Amino acid sequence: MASISFSASVSSSTQFIRPSAFFLKPRSLSRLPLVRAKIREIFMPALSSTMTEGKIVSWIKSEGDVLSKGESVVVVESDKADMDVETFYDGILAAIVVNEGETAPVGAPIGLLAETEAEIAEAKAKAAAQSSPAPAPPVEQSAPVAAKIESPAAPAVAAAPPTPGKLVATPFAKKLAKQHKVDISKLVGTGPFGRVTPEDVEKAAGITAAPKPNLVAAAAPSAAAAAPVVSPPKAEKSFPEIPGSNVVPFTAMQSAVSKNMLESLSVPTFRVGYPIATDALDALYEKVKPKGVTMTVLLAKAVAMALVQHPVVNATCKDGKSFTYNGSINIAVAVAINDGLITPVLQDADKLDLYLLSKKWKELVEKARAKQLQPQEYNSGTFTLSNLGMFGVDRFDAILPPGQGAIMAVGASKPTVIADKDGFFSVKNKMLVNVTADHRIIYGADLAAFLQTFSKIIENPESLTM
Amino acid sequence: MQASVSSLYTPHPPHTIFRSNSDIQFCGLRREALGFQSISQFRNGESHRIGIVSTKPRSGKLTVFSASAAADNGSRRATSFDYDLVIIGAGVGGHGAALHAVEKGLKTAIIEGDVMGGTCVNRGCVPSKALLAVSGRMRELQDEHHMKALGLQVAAAGYDRQAVADHANNLASKIRGNLTNSLKAIGVDILTGFGTIVGPQKVKYGKVGFSENVVTAKDIIIATGSVPFVPKGIEIDGKTVITSDHALKLEFVPDWIAIVGSGYIGLEFSDVYTALGSEVTFIEAMDQLMPGFDPEIGKLAQRVLINPRKIDYYTGVFATKITPAKDGKPVTIELIDAKTKEAKDTLEVDAALIATGRAPFTKGLGLNNINVETQRGFVPVDDRMRVIDADGNLVPHVYCIGDANGKLMLAHTASAQGISVIEQLTGKDYVLNHLSIPAACFTHPEISMVGLTEPQAREKAEKEGFEISIAKTSFKANTKALAENEGEGLAKLIYRPDTGEILGVHILGMHAADLIHEASNAIALGTRVQDIKFAVHAHPTLSEVLDELYKSAKVNPHVSKSVSEPVSV
Repeated sequence: MASISFSASVSSSTQFIRPSAFFLKPRSLSRLPLVRAKIREIFMPALSSTMTEGKIVSWIKSEGDVLSKGESVVVVESDKADMDVETFYDGILAAIVVNEGETAPVGAPIGLLAETEAEIAEAKAKAAAQSSPAPAPPVEQSAPVAAKIESPAAPAVAAAPPTPGKLVATPFAKKLAKQHKVDISKLVGTGPFGRVTPEDVEKAAGITAAPKPNLVAAAAPSAAAAAPVVSPPKAEKSFPEIPGSNVVPFTAMQSAVSKNMLESLSVPTFRVGYPIATDALDALYEKVKPKGVTMTVLLAKAVAMALVQHPVVNATCKDGKSFTYNGSINIAVAVAINDGLITPVLQDADKLDLYLLSKKWKELVEKARAKQLQPQEYNSGTFTLSNLGMFGVDRFDAILPPGQGAIMAVGASKPTVIADKDGFFSVKNKMLVNVTADHRIIYGADLAAFLQTFSKIIENPESLTM
Repeated sequence: MQASVSSLYTPHPPHTIFRSNSDIQFCGLRREALGFQSISQFRNGESHRIGIVSTKPRSGKLTVFSASAAADNGSRRATSFDYDLVIIGAGVGGHGAALHAVEKGLKTAIIEGDVMGGTCVNRGCVPSKALLAVSGRMRELQDEHHMKALGLQVAAAGYDRQAVADHANNLASKIRGNLTNSLKAIGVDILTGFGTIVGPQKVKYGKVGFSENVVTAKDIIIATGSVPFVPKGIEIDGKTVITSDHALKLEFVPDWIAIVGSGYIGLEFSDVYTALGSEVTFIEAMDQLMPGFDPEIGKLAQRVLINPRKIDYYTGVFATKITPAKDGKPVTIELIDAKTKEAKDTLEVDAALIATGRAPFTKGLGLNNINVETQRGFVPVDDRMRVIDADGNLVPHVYCIGDANGKLMLAHTASAQGISVIEQLTGKDYVLNHLSIPAACFTHPEISMVGLTEPQAREKAEKEGFEISIAKTSFKANTKALAENEGEGLAKLIYRPDTGEILGVHILGMHAADLIHEASNAIALGTRVQDIKFAVHAHPTLSEVLDELYKSAKVNPHVSKSVSEPVSV
């Protein structure tokens, strides 16, 4: 962190003593209405022979600060190191043109140095012209003293009663106030003991609070929220606090679920239910069970075969303007695992036979439990199957995962009294399936037709083994 | 008597060099300064030597002993004393001294008045490293920009305060256990209770309210360490106004904490607290933050460790009165100007951590029984750690090491001083070069240093009439640092261009605490810049920062003369 100095003189605009890089150029006198005004431009210095642009690490001085010779003004980062840059001139840092964290090519003005207070306004105008493509605001050049540096930005809370006693603001609140030019003395603190908190300043500056790195309840684990918060604006603050409650932050998986669930709200969905007799399927299941075939795989296979005949139900609406017909039929199956949910995908479920699918499924479940699924193995689904039948649930309603056209919710198969068209009663096993679909691409008749096909396959399941 | 203690992780005990009479350079002391004479009395155990690796346990690295050993604690020699050596205080200094004493054949006892391991292991370096390990990771995981630059996506970084606190506590107990076992394994007698010197070569010990025992010893080492220093007017309640002792238990993470003092301790805690979500206000009596550091390093540290974080500060002020939070009121801190003594401000915060340094713990040692007066609590010693009495004479057979003598209050210093005392006791005139002792601050990134700061070097140069030069390298030019996306950092070398002597090295950057040892070893061994610059460093590693540093130094060979002798302070 070497330090270099910029030097220049008003009388000599061509010869610079050292270093070649960082210098001040006197503003052309002819353009100044005020005689002898000296506004110097501070340029991005070339700190090494290979440097073409530099990044402002930090401004050590703020606008309005009085500088004296030899003081460090700004820290510039080059490709090799950070350097403090000092001034050879007394003056006032009138305007910062390139802010902290921004880069500028070597030689570009990064700030303006005024010699007297009177020139600050002019320098500021100049800075405004430089920093924004928009026309510079009119400047009162005639004003003899336009000196006072103000920070007018913040719509300070007008109704604020004068704070009795002294103002207390937290370190970060002060930092933010300086950054956003908020007059902190006009704020009313909402923090403990009436102190001004970073949130108060952000509110005054009109910014929505950035995700807080981590909040700590004294005894509870922190609820960190560095996660990308996606859509709707949250109004969490209104929940009453119940004493003794325990905040447990989401795991990465739970955050992903939460995010997907919120996203799903933007899709117009509808649901169609269908009762299906399962006696034949149950009989088949008993037969193939010893070979390692599970009910899940049977259902997935049946869904895949039905989807072959109804490609629209396997399609996706990506942009709200078109159908995306998927080239393969990949059945995602919802699986509950510890503290979460994951959807391993049986790829090309229509093409693989029942036994291969079963083998594949076994692998996927093991990987899912070990949290070793590769992204391709859980996010490539084109249709999702969710089965709560084993818990005795007779029917339920699934949320459509983003990026898919439809999801099927399968309930339990139960003995049911059925009357046929001749009035004969019989008892048959029946299950209710309920499909949720994106109505932008899948219409009621599509779903109904798909379900009819599906029910035929289930009721005549021999084709599943072929 | 044949012992078979062996280290599990190194086949060659590094301390074999201390047993050898051969022509080997000793750490911290150049060969010429060594008197190689030995006293035969202390050498009669040579053939029974056991292979002990007396690794200094400063950062928790301890030797594991296979416990099959028959202890060898010098018991074969019959003397008129109960022990050859009694060490008062079982901290890192006492432990290091005890290990080395047994290795040298001294019958040794250690008096432990509090808990084994002392401040470092229980209330200092060790548990704080556990907290800093957490804060470093936390900070990294929260730095979305940093993560993104590496192509990583991290959803939500959170922490469980109690689990973090447990980690620190578990680490301390583990290290404490290791320390105790390492002493027991070699047969050091651990005597429990506060030790008091009752007369020449006589020490009394015992717990309060229990019967006291008196033991005699040929030599006594005082190694009682230090406690947090709390200035007048500050009321510690252990909850909202705390010292590092309390803070390390991490019983609560305040929203806003004021840290009084911006030295190592304060800085490390600011790193912990800000990573865990607190805002921090520093209160520093000097005009600048981090007054102990090289000014340039301090400036960079402020830019890297203070300015971008949720930290503000008051410099040039004293906290005259700090009142703990009670009756629904926050902690209040009254500040006065350090120079004019005028009242300046009153702060209201959620908690205050007092990190104004440490005070020696020397009360009740019975120093008056041997005519020794402490100076501000410190035991006066000469450069061989021999205790000096009120009349300026050396007290025979009494030594003081570590924080209690105040020379350089670092755990590893205590240990090194202890070893130097044992060397003297066993016939070698060994003077520790304190300028070769490195120091480190485990913030993220870390800061480390050895030798003189630039102003100190300039002062010395002016006084002694030589020139100094400065070389610097940036971590930004280091491949490994860039791969880690941690290019922030600086290494600085202060050296004599005429001789190539290294006067000081200061590093701020990733793993600086680990990097400094190359420089401290060079200073200890008297290696000059022009020699060390030919040493090869693996590529790409952070150590190349130092490689670059040495290579960028310009030594004028024409005026080269022998390196001046290391000076002990």
